[in-house]
Amino acid sequence: MLAADKIEKRIEDTKLKIGKYEFTSRLFVGTGKYPSMEIMKEALSASGTEVVTVAVRRVKINETTSLLDYINTKKYKILPNTAGCFSADEAIRVARLAREAGMSDMIKLEVLGDEKTLLPDPIETLKATQVLAKEGFTVLVYTSDDPIIARKLEDAGATCVMPAGAPIGSGQGILNKNNLRIILESAKVPIIVDAGVGTASDVAIAMELGCEGVLLNTGIALAKDPVQMARAMKLACEAGRLAFLSGRIPKRLYAKASSPEKDF
Amino acid sequence: MKVILNGESKECVEGITIENLLDLYKIDKNRVAVELNLQIIPKKELSTLVLRDTDLLEVVTFVGGG
Repeated sequence: MLAADKIEKRIEDTKLKIGKYEFTSRLFVGTGKYPSMEIMKEALSASGTEVVTVAVRRVKINETTSLLDYINTKKYKILPNTAGCFSADEAIRVARLAREAGMSDMIKLEVLGDEKTLLPDPIETLKATQVLAKEGFTVLVYTSDDPIIARKLEDAGATCVMPAGAPIGSGQGILNKNNLRIILESAKVPIIVDAGVGTASDVAIAMELGCEGVLLNTGIALAKDPVQMARAMKLACEAGRLAFLSGRIPKRLYAKASSPEKDF
Repeated sequence: MKVILNGESKECVEGITIENLLDLYKIDKNRVAVELNLQIIPKKELSTLVLRDTDLLEVVTFVGGG
């Protein structure tokens, strides 16, 4: 086997496990805010993702097209979110509705504190996690990058904990690598960075830290060329994962020559 | 009789089931979840549950989101 093939195989070998589900791609991609449904479809394909997030909203009477017309549900696992919920009760209701809609028992639980910051409400998020985990949901929970909350969500039954790299849609990247490191050190469930990713290097940084995956939407959807950006995100995710598995060199304060220093 | 479907008052005939109503508005039942008077209705009950006057129906589906 050629070395390059071995590396490809190695990527396949290290599958991402979220509860009872397994995925080869570690990039989860949202379906909001694309210039058109056709571009979304192409971007999802270019990203190599196997999990796409969707929101739950009222059916518009007499609307003829549906998001699901553009998503091959045999190819992609649907991950409904509870976006727009500001209390545990609202989020629990949306999660139950999403499950009844029949695509999945996975839920991206998101309970926000206010509309300006879109930061998660940790107390309501924790309450909702406890209830939904008991009801048998596969709970992927959006949270801040606070290590203590992350641990409590895991204890409450979250299948996957998803700290924000930066505020939703802000494109600021990974603001607090140190907190992510602390979360990763003790986590026994997969840690996926969710939100704040602006460009490919942000994804690579998250993966190099040892995160199990990255979830993003705006960074692709609002890029000038979403399809090309989707491909960039895919490559960054794979590059970051391989770099993490390869074991990077420690950082040094002083130089260390790469060429022999003697025997001219 | 009238039911409230996603906040809009809709005139419908007596004896109509939830499934009939969804069909009437060309809503694919496989892609939605239905709440009747704040109770989630399992899919298999959609064809048997008969609506009554002033019933409150919420029908949700998936839209783009992150």
